[in-house]
Amino acid sequence: MVSRLDRGPVGNWWWTIDRWYLAAFLSLMLLGIVLSFAASPAVAMRIGLDPYHFVIRQIVFMAPALVAMIGVSFLDERQIRRLAIVTLAVSLVLMIVALYFGVEVKGARRWIDLAGISIQPSEFMKPAFVIVCAWLFAERARQPDIPGNFLAMLLLGLTVALLVAQPDLGQTMLLVGTWGVMFFMAGLSWVWIVALGASAIGGLGAAYEVFPHVAKRIDKFMTGEGDTFQVDTAREALMRGGWFGQGPGEGVIKRILPDSHTDFVFAVAGEEFGLILCFIILLLFAFVVLRGLRDSLNEQDNFNRYAIAGLVTQFGLQSIINMGVNLQLLPAKGMTLPFISYGGSSLIAMAVAMGMVLALTRRRPAKRSHIIFSPRAAGPLPAE
Amino acid sequence: MMGWLRRWRKAETGGADAPIVMDGMRKSGGGRTKNRIVMTMSIFFGVYAVMAGRLVYYGTHQPEDNGPPAGRPTAARPDIVDRNGEVLATDIKTASLYAEPRRIVDIDEAIDKLATVLPDIDYEQTYNRLNSKAGFVWLRRQLTPKQEADILALGIPGIGFRSEKRRFYPAGSTVAHIVGLVNVDNKGIAGMEKWVDDQGLAVLQQTGLATARDLKPVRLSIDLRIQHIVHDEIVQAMQRYRAIAAGGVVLNAKTGEILGMASVPDFDPNNPYNANEKDRLNRMSGGVYEMGSTFKTFTTAMALDSGRVKITDHFDASHPIHYGGFTIHDYHAKGRSLSVPEIFIYSSNIGTAKEAEKISIPEHQAFLTRLGLLTKMPLELPEVATPMQPAVWKPLNQMTIAFGHGVATTPLQTAVAGAAVMDGGIYIPPTLLPRTEEQARPLERRVLRAQTSAEMRYLLRLNVEKGSGRQAAVPGFFVGGKTGTADKVVNGRYAHDKNFDAFLAGFPIDDPQYIVLVILDEPKPYGGWPATAGANCAPTAGAIIRRSAPLLGVEPEFGHDSQALLVSYH
Repeated sequence: MVSRLDRGPVGNWWWTIDRWYLAAFLSLMLLGIVLSFAASPAVAMRIGLDPYHFVIRQIVFMAPALVAMIGVSFLDERQIRRLAIVTLAVSLVLMIVALYFGVEVKGARRWIDLAGISIQPSEFMKPAFVIVCAWLFAERARQPDIPGNFLAMLLLGLTVALLVAQPDLGQTMLLVGTWGVMFFMAGLSWVWIVALGASAIGGLGAAYEVFPHVAKRIDKFMTGEGDTFQVDTAREALMRGGWFGQGPGEGVIKRILPDSHTDFVFAVAGEEFGLILCFIILLLFAFVVLRGLRDSLNEQDNFNRYAIAGLVTQFGLQSIINMGVNLQLLPAKGMTLPFISYGGSSLIAMAVAMGMVLALTRRRPAKRSHIIFSPRAAGPLPAE
Repeated sequence: MMGWLRRWRKAETGGADAPIVMDGMRKSGGGRTKNRIVMTMSIFFGVYAVMAGRLVYYGTHQPEDNGPPAGRPTAARPDIVDRNGEVLATDIKTASLYAEPRRIVDIDEAIDKLATVLPDIDYEQTYNRLNSKAGFVWLRRQLTPKQEADILALGIPGIGFRSEKRRFYPAGSTVAHIVGLVNVDNKGIAGMEKWVDDQGLAVLQQTGLATARDLKPVRLSIDLRIQHIVHDEIVQAMQRYRAIAAGGVVLNAKTGEILGMASVPDFDPNNPYNANEKDRLNRMSGGVYEMGSTFKTFTTAMALDSGRVKITDHFDASHPIHYGGFTIHDYHAKGRSLSVPEIFIYSSNIGTAKEAEKISIPEHQAFLTRLGLLTKMPLELPEVATPMQPAVWKPLNQMTIAFGHGVATTPLQTAVAGAAVMDGGIYIPPTLLPRTEEQARPLERRVLRAQTSAEMRYLLRLNVEKGSGRQAAVPGFFVGGKTGTADKVVNGRYAHDKNFDAFLAGFPIDDPQYIVLVILDEPKPYGGWPATAGANCAPTAGAIIRRSAPLLGVEPEFGHDSQALLVSYH
């Protein structure tokens, strides 16, 4: 163990890191590996790959993810901001590149090949976007003459435009939702809330009109008619599992569940390991989100507050959409379950995001004594 | 200065929990933010709670029967056994292959794999079935255990087996017509199988009360050994005499039980692909025929029973009867006056017609009705035909009916009426279920005087000793019987070259215990003999009696018809 007396970076890290988060994230990552054994061989075989293709890749991606998470958690908030700005800029550029030179998968241009590795830049954009927005909101709160809200809105418009162009409606919704929650926290007046809420509904309505598959899915969810194969199968898998599951490898329904290794890994977990494991997964997500929001509540620094809240909100919304679809509470929408679903970019980006949460929630004197140690305290004060 | 003061005062008041009144915007922002974070937390908490509730709901609700959906469960059926407990029909378990198309991952692969075990699988049809959105389709019913194991080993997802009951008939075609058939859902559709269903089994099955364990076997009156003898003999007779069909029945004269009854051509109930072909009906109960001279047994009995004709009377049979443009003549015309026994053993149409003339038409009708020859005979089997008779009996009809033309009855009906004539004039309705003499007594109905029956037994015995039934004689068993060779109606006319032959026998004739009836449809001449009943049906009946009498416990007695032998001993 690291000695309390060790004041080096590692010792410092170990004694200031929030080990509850760390434990939750590591548990989710571990579950991701375990569940990939259950969920992905059937898919791999279906598309003619080696049965353990996805399992191996999941494990291989786990290493950089872990490194990224721990590495990012060493950073201080200033470094995180810089990292976020750079990442945001790079990923926005890459998203534009993807639109023109990307690999088209299932009708969407989300992927680009970089040195043989295909990357989904929008995944890395998300945490960076949250941090940058948090910074903008915080600046705006500190110095009302800085058009932080306006810039944040502008940034949202830009990213949403890029996401819709791909198209990637799931990420769009997630991003808008996260942004909305952050804006809401940042003290948006109710007039604005109503206006933005209306435009969000309008946006959904537009999606309903413009994208036929969106309309179909919403109709399906509302009426229960049409091809509800995926969600029906997911429900069957969950119910078949019961409380204790059919046992590892005993899943049958998972074999016919499309995207069982990504969007429906939760149902596979239910079928093989039972609803109890589903509960544990649910609790882990709820724990991270609620603890993050609590930390955000206790935070003194506005940037930290918005950043932590935004990151866990994004994490939470993503988990809610994924599990909600699996549980037939939401219309079918492809969304990965953070840390658990298969997907390299998603995993690493999520690790970076949670690394940021770890970094921002590290115990430091600054938190308790904002006035003396906050680097921003030295900055110019608003004119009074 | 102001900045420092602000910082100092904030530090003093302890931060988060008491936002400082310093900067109106910051204050409201901080407080509002906290409220909003708390609201967000509650919303997240609420959503996660709803999802947890959903998990609990899933955990406490059984999955709707998503597995092999319905598909009618095949019902359990009772075994059917013969009177000695030999199994005639029983349920065996088989596996049937079904698919759940929406769970099939790769249709082509599934069919390719299945074809390795079921090479005759229809690719296109199966593909269409598997490509449907249905939740459940049958692929193949009732597989062999090996096929099941082989398909299981293929490991195709989305297919499965349902355990089904399949009816198995150990005796094969021997009892086919009596036991009958079930359809693929194990519902009785013919024979005693249908009768079992009609007795309320169908209701039991629907209410789910019929389980294999509490269904008692259904015992029939059939004796599998006798059944086999009858079946075997009529199969041989049909081949030997090149008939288009043959049938036989052995009836217990004292109880009305049918011990054996067969009709060929028949079918294999284990593979009844041809059971519905027209000529495979159960001719004994489901076919009606003009029985020909066999009917003279009843005419003679009627005449004697009326008292208007005595066994010693003579009738002039020297000239054919001309009536309304028709001529009735004899095959074995003697050209002289014949006594009643002579009329019987020479099978004189003229004499029999004249005997019938002594009886009024309504009396004649009433008599045949009493013997159950004009109405549909009640029997457990569903395959029972209704006899045919003229709408209005005219004197000519009466005369032809007297010698067996004009009324068509089922052979079984004829045998039952023959039993009444031979067994003391008591009519006992037939049955395929076991029945003791005591149980038969309440059903008995006197149709003839005992004296008439005795006279008839004498005439029948005489006919086997001296008349057309000689080939039916079985030493020791004292057979009596009457032959009948009827011209068949072809295109509305009697065809002399197409006969329906029958032989009605009882043994031992001094106190008949068993009645045997053999029929042959369109037999051909054989071994220098014409295609008459005396040459084909009589020996067949004799063979049946010879083989079955010992099994039936009838004691042979050599005192009656072995006079010569006895004399030589003395």
